[in-house]
Amino acid sequence: MSQDGVNKSRRTLLVGATAGVGAVGAGFLAVPFVKSWLPSEKAKAAGAPAKVDISKIEPGAMLTAAWRGKPVYIARRTQETLDNLPALNSRLKDPDNSVKEQQPAYADNIHRSRKPEFIVLLGVCTHLGCAPKYFAEVQPETFDANWQGGWFCPCHGSRFDLSGRVFNGSPAATNLVVPPYSFEGENILVIGVDEENA
Amino acid sequence: MSKQQNTLMGWIDDRLPVTQTYEKHMSKYYAPKNFNFWYFFGVLSMMMLANQILTGVWLTMNFIPSAEGAFASVEYIMRDVEWGWLIRYLHSTGATFFFIAVYLHMMRAILYGSYQKPRELIWIFGMLIYLALMAEAFMGYVLPWGQMSYWGAQVIISLFSVIPFGIGDALTEWIRGDFLISGATLNRFFALHVVAVPLVIVMLVVLHLLALHEVGSNNPDGVDIKKLKDENGKPLDGIPFHPYYTVHDLVGIVVFLMIFCTVLFFFPEGNGFMLEYANFEPANGLKTPAHIAPVWYFGAFYAILRAVPDKLLGVIAMAAAIAVLFVLPWLDRSPVKSWRYKGWISKVFIVVFAVAFVELTWLGTQPANDLNTFLARFCSVIYFGFFLLMPFYTRMEKTKPVPERVTGGH
Repeated sequence: MSQDGVNKSRRTLLVGATAGVGAVGAGFLAVPFVKSWLPSEKAKAAGAPAKVDISKIEPGAMLTAAWRGKPVYIARRTQETLDNLPALNSRLKDPDNSVKEQQPAYADNIHRSRKPEFIVLLGVCTHLGCAPKYFAEVQPETFDANWQGGWFCPCHGSRFDLSGRVFNGSPAATNLVVPPYSFEGENILVIGVDEENA
Repeated sequence: MSKQQNTLMGWIDDRLPVTQTYEKHMSKYYAPKNFNFWYFFGVLSMMMLANQILTGVWLTMNFIPSAEGAFASVEYIMRDVEWGWLIRYLHSTGATFFFIAVYLHMMRAILYGSYQKPRELIWIFGMLIYLALMAEAFMGYVLPWGQMSYWGAQVIISLFSVIPFGIGDALTEWIRGDFLISGATLNRFFALHVVAVPLVIVMLVVLHLLALHEVGSNNPDGVDIKKLKDENGKPLDGIPFHPYYTVHDLVGIVVFLMIFCTVLFFFPEGNGFMLEYANFEPANGLKTPAHIAPVWYFGAFYAILRAVPDKLLGVIAMAAAIAVLFVLPWLDRSPVKSWRYKGWISKVFIVVFAVAFVELTWLGTQPANDLNTFLARFCSVIYFGFFLLMPFYTRMEKTKPVPERVTGGH
């Protein structure tokens, strides 16, 4: 084929324009494929609140509830534990709840809860998402010789106090999350609902 | 090229270059004659890839990719499907031996400088295969939906959450397809593990081989055999891949399969390093196993992650440990390829690096206590030191003269 009289710059422009329009089209085509990976409507709808009877929890004991498929820890603390919380501040990364997303406003206090006695925490380590284990006893542990009770994550060794506040030297950077919750009467805890229904 | 006329082969060759391709890649592909046992691991990796594809296809015939059905269907394969246990153990043990072959194959490249010019692209393709293989193995481990499947997925996917500005959290949600690890995650991992990633791996293997056959194989001496050719243009130190190395490789294959079968039949769980005991318990999103550890072939990178006492920096260190491998061809400034002719600093560093990598692999499977954390930090420093100091020590050290012809061989 003869190349005489070919307008090279026009050809370049046309090739470029065609490729450009094609790339935009491919971009639009990618949207349904990428968005199909987002949580489905069914997954979004599965977030019903969970109700738990907390009257049977002994002081010092913990109960694990499931909310949206995740573990929620409900621990009942003794007065001694609550009195000891301020003493731990110097060993913590964020003793004063400075990261506001980690707890609702009503839990933004030293005991990080509505009722000082009961602590409600999402059992998802803020490091890489394992479920930390409850070590309630004040006794030397293999991971901490001066253990004052709290949670220890078996995956990467993050340590949290009995308010879910993270200790210095843990790979986790933030305190455990306090989920939205409220009480229905004296004994029923509703996880996932903020408003006080009492 | 010997083109046959008036035969069936001639008829096909006129339409499809079968003979030409066979000669280019087999009967007239001249490989150096001094290959030692390190050169078995390329073909062994390919054999394990074939094993994974074959057994994998058979496993999909009975596996149910759902949160409700996955665990029970694996037990069904193990107990009720005719020879199901063998096919599954071939697949699970095969993953371990695939990684053994690939790690030794990579070590060979480091020993003999096979990544150096002009083989940089071969190394890059190899690293991409390694990366795809890690993704493949990780997603495959999630499928049986045991406790370790679940919590391993939780930890690995959470690694992406360190990306700041809210991107990380949105990204983890996008990968999971849910607000937690769920059946949606399992189902997409199944699709990727069975269809998408294997296709990518096979294509990369083809590119890896095409790039290799373009520049020719390196050898333990790092001598370029194409420099000295006979009157027919055939390298003096080269022998045709077929029949010489095809037959030679059969010996390696038999020995490798003997070890493979010993593990397959007598230690299919690999003492908890290949199939972890916690994974014989169905996934439970409310309870993390007391000791969570990756399977052995991810141990080194997991140990590096844990060695850093900061979430973001730990993930960066782990990613960097893999990324640094990609630039290896440009870190090595030595005028010689093989460690046989490099100076003593390189030799010592290669050995120390290999020991540190094995140690890290071990530490990654062990609980993190003070001693292990210290060792992991120490070995991580050696790991990065080996690569990051390479431009300096390979340039300043005194190398030995490289011979004209390869040594050894037959």
